Amino acid sequence: MNGAPPVYGLMAEFSKSETLLAAARLAYASGYRQMDAFTPFPVEGLAENLGRKKSLVPLIVLLAGIGGGAGGYFMEWYAMSLDYPINIGGRPLSSWPPFVPITFELTILAAALAAVIAMFALNRLPQPHHPVFNVPRFERASTDKFFLCIEADDPKFDLAATRQFLETLKPDHVEEVEP
Amino acid sequence: MADASTNRGAGEGKILLPPLMAPGQSFESVTETIGSIVLLPRQPKSWIVGALIAFSLLMLFFVAVSWLLIRGVGIWGINIPVAWGFAIVNFVWWIGIGHAGTFISAILLLLHQKWRTSINRLTEAMTLFAVACAGMFPLLHLGRPFVFYWLIPYPDTMGLWPQFRSPLVWDVFAVSTYFTVSLIFWYTGLVPDLATLRDRAPTRTKQVIFGILAMGWRGSAAHWQNHQSAYLLLAGLAAPLVLSVHSVVSFDFSVAMVPGWHSTIFPPYFVAGAIYSGFAMVLNIVIPIRKLYGLESLITKRHLNNMAVVMLATGMMVTYGYVMEAFMAWYSGDVFEKAMMMNRAFGPYGWIFWGLMFLNVIVPQALWSKRLRNNTISLFFIALSVNVGMWVERFVIVVTSLSRDFTTSAFRMYYPTVWDWATLFGSMGLFLTLLFLFVRFLPMIDISETRKLVEESQ
Repeated sequence: MNGAPPVYGLMAEFSKSETLLAAARLAYASGYRQMDAFTPFPVEGLAENLGRKKSLVPLIVLLAGIGGGAGGYFMEWYAMSLDYPINIGGRPLSSWPPFVPITFELTILAAALAAVIAMFALNRLPQPHHPVFNVPRFERASTDKFFLCIEADDPKFDLAATRQFLETLKPDHVEEVEP
Repeated sequence: MADASTNRGAGEGKILLPPLMAPGQSFESVTETIGSIVLLPRQPKSWIVGALIAFSLLMLFFVAVSWLLIRGVGIWGINIPVAWGFAIVNFVWWIGIGHAGTFISAILLLLHQKWRTSINRLTEAMTLFAVACAGMFPLLHLGRPFVFYWLIPYPDTMGLWPQFRSPLVWDVFAVSTYFTVSLIFWYTGLVPDLATLRDRAPTRTKQVIFGILAMGWRGSAAHWQNHQSAYLLLAGLAAPLVLSVHSVVSFDFSVAMVPGWHSTIFPPYFVAGAIYSGFAMVLNIVIPIRKLYGLESLITKRHLNNMAVVMLATGMMVTYGYVMEAFMAWYSGDVFEKAMMMNRAFGPYGWIFWGLMFLNVIVPQALWSKRLRNNTISLFFIALSVNVGMWVERFVIVVTSLSRDFTTSAFRMYYPTVWDWATLFGSMGLFLTLLFLFVRFLPMIDISETRKLVEESQ
């Protein structure tokens, strides 16, 4: 590739989600790993076809929820029975039933905050710019077109061969993505 | 085509229902219909008129709140024993209205009710604004609103903690969690649509603003995978939350021993009432908006019909609550409970109680008629009746019980002052102003979910 301008990858454009799904499966079967697809709405099975592992979001949410609930209960127990005990008619200081609502609310709050933070962090957002935006036609990715991008750092990537491969998937266009 | 886009979640086989969107929609057409409202500078004249009215009411709110902060809660009609008055009535009313938004966006999502798609964004926004209005009232009702942060547990120099056994402190946690979760749920759903607007923005300024808000969303398979996971989990978290919030609000009443409040039916009865008034508010907002912005192809008669049916069902639950309150007052044999019920129906506020029965129980029975459900004008007015009725219900609960509790010598009437009314109508101004701004500046229908619906109908 000496002399040729460096590229981020090659991008194929499709107008149907089924074509993209099939293309993603074929690309994975042909040994491509460093690739991503872009769609205007969530397409079921696409991440699996690209060989992506399951999302980590649920695990993070579970841990945050447990942490929030345990932390909330601990705060109430510490405040009401150790740090600021008030004796009301000899009732027990560590009274779990009235601690339930706040424990519940803090479970939900921590889990929900974790869900959205994990979603953005795992997606590496906010990210002001990304090479795929260099393709002028890419703005259709948020309206009605479906894209498959094979990245140049894939070990199997070769500008000519990969382009030829993408052409066999019957895309509407194949374009080079500038880095 | 028509039956493919209908709801297949309910039951086996093909049930022929009216379509969820007008036939012939494409990815491009739905994006254009929804996106252009935000991206084009022209707005219908009625938007300007409506926004002006809403903004004037907002100014009224500012005046009322400023005078309150200067003079204190004495400008309201509250007294001892009726210490709660309009502020708490408005609080419970607004927070109840918010519930329909979460119900539509979370519970109906989990139940695979596809018809929620064209209304969930708008109703989530409604939730946010209603909760914002609601959250203000308990704070304004504090004698010293400027020390509201004492309600939050933080390491203070006074060595104090909030009383975690108090329902009023639970309320702080419930309402602030509810607002936060609603906000992030709404924003998470909004991100892909903000990216759409960024890519279609006609001017550089709009492109930059939507670009910042979209945070660089590319719609990649990895993005969607995490997004869908987070969105579903948020729905799963919001579903019990929405049931808990009004339950906690009802604890404010039912944990107290005031006659007419101290009752185990309160949590479910409040939640049903919340969803009832929430759907009424959604109808009151959606019916004019779909007309003004020509969204009839996306928010169809089927949506209105479904909401009307939910309203009828929750209305019947609320009616059951009214009947049980009266029955339990008699069945308990408790002299104060019985006196409370007699006072509620035939005492000095009796005419308000019967007004409530008319607005909330009798008028909504019209929803049994398919013809009246399908007529947007009659549906609008039935929903309006429910909205007013639910406000009156909270007035009846708060005021009749407090004004006559146990000791005859402590009985006292409550009459709202002009400042009570100004704060109530002013808060409507705040709600409507936010709503008008939302409709103008953000996509009021979830574009990416609508595209998915188009895909499924093809």
